[in-house]
Amino acid sequence: MNLTLKIWRQKSKDTKGKMVDYKVTDISEHMSFLEMMDVLNEQLVAKDEEPVAFDHDCREGICGMCSMYINGEAHGPDRGITTCQLHMRMFNDGDTITIEPFRASAFPVIKDLVVDRMPFERIQQAGGFISVNTSGNTQDANAIPISKHAADEAMDAATCIGCGACVATCKNSSAMLFVAAKVSQYALLPQGQVEATDRVLNMVKQMDQEGFGNCTNTGACEIECPKGISLENIARMNREYLKASL
Amino acid sequence: MSGLFSSSIARKVAMALSALFLVFFLLIHVAVNMLSVFNEELFNTASHFMGTNPLVQFAMQPILMFGVVFHFVMGFVLEIKNKKAQGVKYYKNNGAANSTWMSRNMVYSGAAILFFLILHFKHFWVHEMNVKYINPLPEDPNRYYEELVHVFQSPITVVIYVIGFIFLALHLLHGFQSAFQSMGANNKYTKAIKGFTKAYAIVIPALFAFVALFHHFNH
Ligand code: HEM
Ligand code: SF4
Ligand code: FES
Repeated sequence: MNLTLKIWRQKSKDTKGKMVDYKVTDISEHMSFLEMMDVLNEQLVAKDEEPVAFDHDCREGICGMCSMYINGEAHGPDRGITTCQLHMRMFNDGDTITIEPFRASAFPVIKDLVVDRMPFERIQQAGGFISVNTSGNTQDANAIPISKHAADEAMDAATCIGCGACVATCKNSSAMLFVAAKVSQYALLPQGQVEATDRVLNMVKQMDQEGFGNCTNTGACEIECPKGISLENIARMNREYLKASL
Repeated sequence: MSGLFSSSIARKVAMALSALFLVFFLLIHVAVNMLSVFNEELFNTASHFMGTNPLVQFAMQPILMFGVVFHFVMGFVLEIKNKKAQGVKYYKNNGAANSTWMSRNMVYSGAAILFFLILHFKHFWVHEMNVKYINPLPEDPNRYYEELVHVFQSPITVVIYVIGFIFLALHLLHGFQSAFQSMGANNKYTKAIKGFTKAYAIVIPALFAFVALFHHFNH
C-alpha cells in the first residue's frame, strides 16, 4: 500500500505545531499501525530528519501507552482495540490518513504525538487503591465470599488500561469513564467499602482540579474505549458520589 | 454536603433535575393546549384557573421561571467550561462515528428553544401581565381561546413555533434519557427509559405543533 500521512508535528510543549504531509510506500496490510509508523521513522532518520515521536510500550494492547487520534477517532477506525492492535488492512491503497495527538487541555502535547497523561496518575493516587496490611498477615482474598456477578462486573471495570481514549474522544474532554472504572472496580467489592466515601470524593475532586470537562452522556467514550468500559460505571460513580456527599 | 454544588457531578445532577422538572411541566402544558382543540369552554376554564389561582401564579410560576433560567444558564456555563477543557481542536474529528448529532449539539438545540421561548413569552406572558396588571382590562374568563387563535393567525408565528418544536424534539431525544444516567440510574429499566424517551420526545412536540397548525388552518 502507498499512503499519504498528515501528521501533527510539534517540537516541544511551548512551541506551535502544525500538520505535515508524508508519503510512505510498500506498506504491508499485515503491519500494525505502529509498525507503519516505524517504517516512516526509518525513512525520516535515513534522510537525516527528526523522527515522529509517539508513545508505545507493550504493543499488545495492555499498557495503554499508544495514543494516536487517527482519521478523527481515538485509536483509529476499528473497535475494542488500541493503536498497536490496529492493522493496516483497515485502510486502502492511496488513502490519506490524519494522525493527531490526543487532545484535551489536561493532556498537553509534550512532543509530536506524545501527550502528558500524568493527570490520570494523580487521580489514581487520590483514591484508586485499597489499604492492605502487608506485614505477613495478609488475608487470602478468596476467603471473602463475593458473588460471581459482582466479581465479573468489578473485573470488567478493572480492565481499564488508563489509555485516555475516553478523554480524547469526548467533546467535553471528560475523564468520567476512566474515573468511573477506577471507582467501580472497588465499589463492587467488599474490600473497597471501608474507603469508599473518601475514594469517590477525592478522585472526583482531583478530576475536576485537573481541568477535565463535564460529562454530557454522549456515550462516545464507551464506543471508543479499547476495553469496552460501560457507561453503567459512570452511573455507578454518580450514585457513589451522591451517597458520599449527602 | 460540602462542595456538592461546586463539583462536576453535582452540576450534572442539578442540570438533570431542572430538566426533568421542565419535562414534567411540558406534559401539563400540552394537556391544556389540547383542550383548545376539542373544547373551547374547557380550555377557557383551565386557562382561567391557571391564570388566577394563587398557588399556580405565586408558587408554581416562579418555580417554573427559576427552573427555565437555571437550566439554560447552567447549560451555557457547562458548555463554556467544556470548551475550555477541550483546548486545541482536532484537525479531523469524526464525531458521527461514536455519538448522535443530538447528543453533540444540545447547546444549539437549547439555544433555538431559548429563542423560541423569548417569542413565546412575548406572545402570551407579556400579554398576560399587560392585561392583568399594567393596563387592566375587565376580567373576562372567556378571553383565552380568542387570544390563542389570534396568535396563530400569523403564518410566520406558526412557522417559527413549528421550528421551535422540532428543536425541542431533538433536545429531548438525547436529554430525557440522559437525565436518568446523570442521576445515576443505569439498570434494567434503561432500555425502557430510552424507548419512552423516543416516544415522548416525538409525540409531545408533535402535539404542540398540531395545536398551532390546527388553529391556523381552522379560523
Ligand atoms: C431554554 C432553553 C434551553 C437551553 C439553552 C438548554 C440547554 C441545555 C444544554 C446545554 C443541555 C446539556 C447539558 C448537559 O447535558 O449537561 C441540556 C440538557 C437537557 N435539557 Fe435543555 N435547554 C433548554 C430548554 C430545555 C427545555 C424546555 C427542556 C424540556 C422541557 C429541556 C430538557 C433538557 C433535558 C432533559 C436535558 C438533559 C439533562 C441531563 O443530561 O442530565 N431543556 N439543555
Ligand atoms: S475507560 Fe477505556 S478509554 Fe478510558 S482510559 Fe480506561 S481503557 Fe482507556
Ligand atoms: S503499546 Fe501498549 S497498548 Fe498499545
